[in-house]
Amino acid sequence: MAAPVLLGFIFLVFYPVVSVIRDSFTSYNPLSGDAAFIGTDNYTRLIQDETALEVAKNTLIFACILVPVNMALALFLAVLLNMHFRGRTTFRAIFFSPVIVSTVAWTIVWKYILQDDGPLNYFLGLSGVDGPNWLRDNPFPMISVVMVQVFKNLGMNMIFFLAALQGVPEEMYESSEIDGANRWQQFKKITLPFISPTILLVAILTIAGAFQVFAQVLLLTGGGPGLSTTVLSYYIFINAFQIFDLGYASALAVCLFIFVMLLTVAQWQIRTRWVFREV
Amino acid sequence: MRSKVNKRYTRRNSKLTGWRLFGIYALLLVIAVPFLFPTWWMFTASLKPIEEVFSFPASLIPNDFQISNYAEVFRLQPFLRQYWNSMSIAIVVTIISVTISTMGGYAFARISFKWRSKMFIILLSALLMPAEVTLIPIFRLMVKSGLSDSFFPIILIPAFGAHAVVGLFLMRQFFLDFPAELEEAAEIDGLSRWRVFTKIALPLSGPALASLAIISFLYSWNLFLEPLVFLTEPNKYTLPVVLPQFTDTYGAPIFNVQLAATSLSVIPVMIVFVMAQRHFIRGITMTGIKS
Repeated sequence: MAAPVLLGFIFLVFYPVVSVIRDSFTSYNPLSGDAAFIGTDNYTRLIQDETALEVAKNTLIFACILVPVNMALALFLAVLLNMHFRGRTTFRAIFFSPVIVSTVAWTIVWKYILQDDGPLNYFLGLSGVDGPNWLRDNPFPMISVVMVQVFKNLGMNMIFFLAALQGVPEEMYESSEIDGANRWQQFKKITLPFISPTILLVAILTIAGAFQVFAQVLLLTGGGPGLSTTVLSYYIFINAFQIFDLGYASALAVCLFIFVMLLTVAQWQIRTRWVFREV
Repeated sequence: MRSKVNKRYTRRNSKLTGWRLFGIYALLLVIAVPFLFPTWWMFTASLKPIEEVFSFPASLIPNDFQISNYAEVFRLQPFLRQYWNSMSIAIVVTIISVTISTMGGYAFARISFKWRSKMFIILLSALLMPAEVTLIPIFRLMVKSGLSDSFFPIILIPAFGAHAVVGLFLMRQFFLDFPAELEEAAEIDGLSRWRVFTKIALPLSGPALASLAIISFLYSWNLFLEPLVFLTEPNKYTLPVVLPQFTDTYGAPIFNVQLAATSLSVIPVMIVFVMAQRHFIRGITMTGIKS
């Protein structure tokens, strides 16, 4: 019964990973018909490629802003929306709604909102702020790409956190109140440790997602201005499907793969330090 | 002492009132702006004449309603056809991936077979695999077999690839939490594994199947990278591929028409979401809760 998924996995995940590693040692290019084995040339080129270095830096910057902002805001909203008041389901739905909208539609609309003469700067102007050209003046393009992504996917993490918060037994708060703990101490000593497995899961998924950001970059900034918002996944796309330098793109893809796997293993390793209980 | 504790404890459970409530509403409303405004602005700007989209002062409600933007969508692109492409692909993907992930999830939850847990860990690695990594070899394979400019890869990849593993993961969790006694009783009565699955487990997993179906449909409906890479003819485009292409002959976007097309792609999904949002979020919470 598990056969179809296993077969799908073998042909669409396992086989491609093996063959992307193999292709990374070739000069495969469907336009020139080239597919010679060139050893580690692609990797030598990658180390010397200043663009790739810049792109790797951008990818890290992107992930380092996105992951904490996304997770902190998602957790904050989850805590707020876990309280009892009228309308909380409506607010949950509002924060979740961008998740169901396609990234393409979401990005197209934001591209208009962020234009120099767009609504965001208009409303900023009303309150006396002279807004920057969000998609052109560094460092705002990177911030814009990050924030558009944060608003898009935050709802999913919020729901994960809400589910975890609802699992924290009320008695634990009760007994800590007898001991005189305040709200913040309770949050730090009870809530956070209790939901730490979910924090780990959300962190792993958010980081993996951060390395796959693509449509936002393509549609918002096209990787620019200059290279300032070109991230690794977008650079792979350019090399593979616009220049058709599939050999080099494969080497880049292998790096992305190793990147994501190393980060996941690292998080998994440190889980024993801060994940309070195992699920 | 005891009474004071009880008082605070009840306050945690009871509804917030007064200034605290007001403060929370104000805070939430401010945070809600970037989540709500884009949809509002998309829809209203799609009804404006092109000069008004970036006019000063910006209008929250169109001064001039120009419904013809929507007609223009269908004139510039075979939009009905593209809509149907997205819809039919998403339906096929949903049927396939719900079927196979439910079967797979059940197998991993209930049937013990060799290397089950090792296989499960390996499968999970698919959840983290960036699409860009696997796409190059799949592209190569599809070009070789002449299937590249067809719906085949656009259905195959979401239905059987990493997304099916997500589904398997969710359904396994669901069946693990599902009381085994019913099934055991049926097995004692001599029902085969397959019959137990179809006659007992399946009919009781309605809500989980529904949320899995929604997730799969949206995943396919919103898929961008794969259709962008594989599809080259406008007649075969799906919605996410065509939306960025509402441009004039110089490649500059025709704002109002592009936003009309975007509205057409977003609004049906939004309506379904607004009607079913309670079930929707509960379903996702339920399937994700023990993750």
